[in-house]
Amino acid sequence: MEKFIKVKGLVAPLDRANVDTDQIIPKQFLKSIKRTGFGPNLFDEWRYLDEGYPGQDNSKRPLNKEFVLNEPRYAGASVLLARRNFGCGSSREHAPWALDDYGFRTVIASSFADIFYNNCFKNGMLPIVVDESVADVLFDEVASTPGYELVIDLENQLVVRPNGESIAFQIDAFRKHCLLNGLDDIGLTLQNAGDIRDYEGRRAESEPWIMA
Amino acid sequence: MAGKTLYDKLWDAHVVTQREDGSALVYIDRQIIHEVTSPQAFEGLRIAGRKPWRVSANVATLDHNVPTTPFKSAADIEDETSRIQVQTLENNTREFGITEFGIGDERQGIVHVMAPEQGAVLPGMTVVCGDSHTSTNGAFGCLAHGIGTSEVEHVLATQCLIAKKMNNLLIRVEGELGVGITAKDVVLHIIGVIGTAGGNGCAMEFGGSAIRSLSMEGRMTVCNMSIEAGARAGMVAVDEKTIEYVKGRPFAPTDAQWEQAVAYWRTLTSDSDAVFDRIVEIDATEIRPQVSWGTSPEMVIPVDALLPDPQTESDPVKRSGMERAYEYMALTPGMKVSDINVDRVFIGSCTNSRIEDLRAAASVAKGKKKADSVKQVLVVPGSGLVKKQAESEGLDQIFIDAGFEWREPGCSMCLAMNPDKLLAGEHCASTSNRNFEGRQGNGGRTHLVSPAMAAAAAVAGHFVDVREWNV
Ligand code: SF4
Repeated sequence: MEKFIKVKGLVAPLDRANVDTDQIIPKQFLKSIKRTGFGPNLFDEWRYLDEGYPGQDNSKRPLNKEFVLNEPRYAGASVLLARRNFGCGSSREHAPWALDDYGFRTVIASSFADIFYNNCFKNGMLPIVVDESVADVLFDEVASTPGYELVIDLENQLVVRPNGESIAFQIDAFRKHCLLNGLDDIGLTLQNAGDIRDYEGRRAESEPWIMA
Repeated sequence: MAGKTLYDKLWDAHVVTQREDGSALVYIDRQIIHEVTSPQAFEGLRIAGRKPWRVSANVATLDHNVPTTPFKSAADIEDETSRIQVQTLENNTREFGITEFGIGDERQGIVHVMAPEQGAVLPGMTVVCGDSHTSTNGAFGCLAHGIGTSEVEHVLATQCLIAKKMNNLLIRVEGELGVGITAKDVVLHIIGVIGTAGGNGCAMEFGGSAIRSLSMEGRMTVCNMSIEAGARAGMVAVDEKTIEYVKGRPFAPTDAQWEQAVAYWRTLTSDSDAVFDRIVEIDATEIRPQVSWGTSPEMVIPVDALLPDPQTESDPVKRSGMERAYEYMALTPGMKVSDINVDRVFIGSCTNSRIEDLRAAASVAKGKKKADSVKQVLVVPGSGLVKKQAESEGLDQIFIDAGFEWREPGCSMCLAMNPDKLLAGEHCASTSNRNFEGRQGNGGRTHLVSPAMAAAAAVAGHFVDVREWNV
């Protein structure tokens, strides 16, 4: 997994609440058995005017010029600024895969749906929760400042604005450790293999039907 | 010391090790697997040279991609990408020795219908699946929630998850439900009250006399949609109905172990002095049949109310969401729900495709015909066993006589990954759980309702109040 230490990136604003995972990556693309290649279909129904299907040549499709990610000024953005309850809906990890494949390393929002939030970390992406009032300020600044960039400093848990002011954010120590070091959870958990076996032994006594 | 909530008890019983930062390694008793969210997990195992930690903890079936018209094997699935996904699951379960209820097996069906039906979900368990509606299984007094594909792999490889304890939220629904009010109306009403983010970060227990009065099917419907209220896990305490439902199911314990299990399961309720982080009180007598009008499950109103005016919404983010929803749904504020015409009707999904749901729809459709203006009414049982049961009760014939289509089990038009879809602009009365833009087909417009409300809309051609339906 790619390490996440410090990211400096162009910010794209997606000013909608309750953006669900069906919007982030529509179901027809979930038929892939791979983890990559979802980027061109990120926000497919908003980005294109026609109906997308897997395996299409996306470069030939008519773009919805109204959609924010199609505005030239946001090309190459790696920070997505969003609204409350981002990533609600299904548990599909294809949502963070699509965001990642498109080039986003972080999503900033006033709240996230739980499963999506968790899925981000498994893919080296950092979801950042900020107060709604802070999100308002960021939306205003992005709109009024062409080329608006933020620095995401995970080590110090800061989002640094172009004027040098910084916004502190919270993150679990364990998740931070994994992101900073690009660690694979499974390997870490297997270090506890003995504990897991002991636990299973106890359950086999107390609830034998579970271990059957 | 204060008592424990049901969630506290389930959590404590499954912690393998606790970390300093508050996260824990939590043991998973059962993993349910389907074709959409598992291929990358099995691939990960293979690449790392790992094996499933405890093969028998897993059970798999096919649901999202399968056609609902009769077919014999994966090779008959026309859509190539769907076919590959189905075959990939078949190959993976064979390679790793995991039990799979595949095509042609009467136990095949929607994961969250199949698992309780088989007794693969038992009280006191931790249950996960790469699917957000895993919350359905919390109806059995277990801790059940959806996970992402990386976690599917993690559970396969370690039988554990890294998790942090959630907050305790109690939704207490007291009082008697009115005639014609179903579990679906209860849960839609709850979402309307607390919002789609209302349960974020929480394990949500449903309690109160109205919840206890529900059948196991009804409780599953309620827990199913806890994720639409933002809670990964919904649950209901164990009582005699729970135990009665589980008894004799293929995966349930028997003989002496059964006695031992029942004694333990009876302890799976929140203690009377348990402390919740938050309690929401709902008056059951106020719940009316619900219909969603917008593109988020919280955009829901009683069938006899008028569509809300965004101008009266003080929160600007909510207001703009409502305005966008009106545009997408092509509806106007102040309209009557009964003035919304429906083009298609879908009765199915893990929310409402169990036998009781089909009986409710059939009792409304009996002796009636679908309106000519309605293009299609799909009735899709949740599993092969539900289908068989419905046929033995003659429900299939009632539907067919009413001009409805009786289909094979699967997710079908709940998310339209198979050929069952809405066309752009069509309004659908649907018993599923999500009315997101494009969920049932690009440009499709979904209205979430109960099975009885859906069947009534199919007959009338527009929404009607089932309470006034003269059967
Ligand atoms: S029926 Fe719908 S919500 Fe349920 S598992 Fe299938 S796709 Fe998901």
